[in-house]
Amino acid sequence: MVAIRVRVNGAHYEHDVEPRLLLAHYLRDYIGLRSVRIGCDTTNCGACTVLLDGKAVKSCTVFAFMADNAEVVTLEGISEGGLHPLQRALAEEHGLQCGYCTSGMVMTLYYYLNKARRVPSEDEVRRAIEGNLCRCTGYVGVVRAALKAAREMYG
Amino acid sequence: MSLYPRNFQLHVPTSLREAIEALEALGEDAKPLAGGQSLIPMMKLRIAAPSALVYLGPLKGELSYVRDGGDYVEIGALTTHSEVAESPLLRRWNPLVSEAAAHIGDTQVRNMGTIGGSLAHADPSADYPAAMAALGAEIVVAGKSGTRTVPAGEFFVDAYTTSLRPGELVAAVRVPKLRGRYGAAYGKVARIATDFAIVGVAVHVSVDERGHVDNMGIGLTGVGPTPHRPRDVEEVALGERLGPELAERIAAAVSRSVDPPTDLRATSEYRRRALRALTERALRRIYLDIARAQ
Repeated sequence: MVAIRVRVNGAHYEHDVEPRLLLAHYLRDYIGLRSVRIGCDTTNCGACTVLLDGKAVKSCTVFAFMADNAEVVTLEGISEGGLHPLQRALAEEHGLQCGYCTSGMVMTLYYYLNKARRVPSEDEVRRAIEGNLCRCTGYVGVVRAALKAAREMYG
Repeated sequence: MSLYPRNFQLHVPTSLREAIEALEALGEDAKPLAGGQSLIPMMKLRIAAPSALVYLGPLKGELSYVRDGGDYVEIGALTTHSEVAESPLLRRWNPLVSEAAAHIGDTQVRNMGTIGGSLAHADPSADYPAAMAALGAEIVVAGKSGTRTVPAGEFFVDAYTTSLRPGELVAAVRVPKLRGRYGAAYGKVARIATDFAIVGVAVHVSVDERGHVDNMGIGLTGVGPTPHRPRDVEEVALGERLGPELAERIAAAVSRSVDPPTDLRATSEYRRRALRALTERALRRIYLDIARAQ
């Protein structure tokens, strides 16, 4: 077992974990954050995307011990005061149906827009989410929602 | 119902020296873990099942940097692909490396994966090796008895096999500064945007005041077990006027210079045709970039 200390959505946690425990499972099973989805489990789909020290990563491909002394933010952490503009825009622009990919999609877009600090082009949005797969709604609504949220945030 | 690696012993050194000592002591069954973007998926699929991991994360302070070395730019082994892609120093002096980095995986993978990890993994379809071959980069390797530098051409030995000895780690990579009137481009074709390359081409060219090639480097990925540098083709270009005609000629020669494998991703013939198209496109872009910069 290895002792880890992690700050998740602003709160401190200390746990003894197996070295092989993946960050996605740590967040779901130890902290109870069910927005972190496990989709493909092979680093393709992006449903497990969270921020690790401010950077979007696929939490199914990070060991929990790699987050020792780090800060993790999940979807729950960006929507504590109500829906984030990205979440609202996704609902309004038909950016989801089943919703399974949505939390990862939001976290990747959140990371991207916070870094860009401006309204991106449609092409830039599409490139930003190349590591997030949606297999029911498609990307048209997602991209439209991202641009709408960006205009609200930086327009 | 999820993918779990075999259990392993974890070692977390706090310096490069400690990491090397740990790897020495643990033997060949132990693996160094950097960003984990190749190793963790392989462990989850149990393609790899090391008995121990030596986690290099705490060495970030020591091994994550992009530094001006005079004639070259030195990139610390734990620098992530995102950092390489966005480094102002590399964008200024060697945009070929930044462009190759930007083609790796996706945003999330680039945020974790490191240049040292990628090179040590030596995937025959990876993006960096082509750029390293084209540039004649040097890999700085650290071991118990100090550091040594290995030219890219000697670093990659076979698929997933490098000339790293047991107990050695990639510490840094040195890429030359590109000077004069030069251009560089990396292009690849992949099954889907975020996948490994079916084939990839890295090219850099510099021209004299008349627009004739005075230096060219070409590196290819996906054409065999190791990255390929077709030096005979580069030599053909020397002294020739850079333009669409030369681009077509060099592209045809590049595609003739290789005998790529047929595998699940593509046939040999497909790879050759793709290489030809990618090389021509890269050279045309470089030609236009240089012309525009005048």
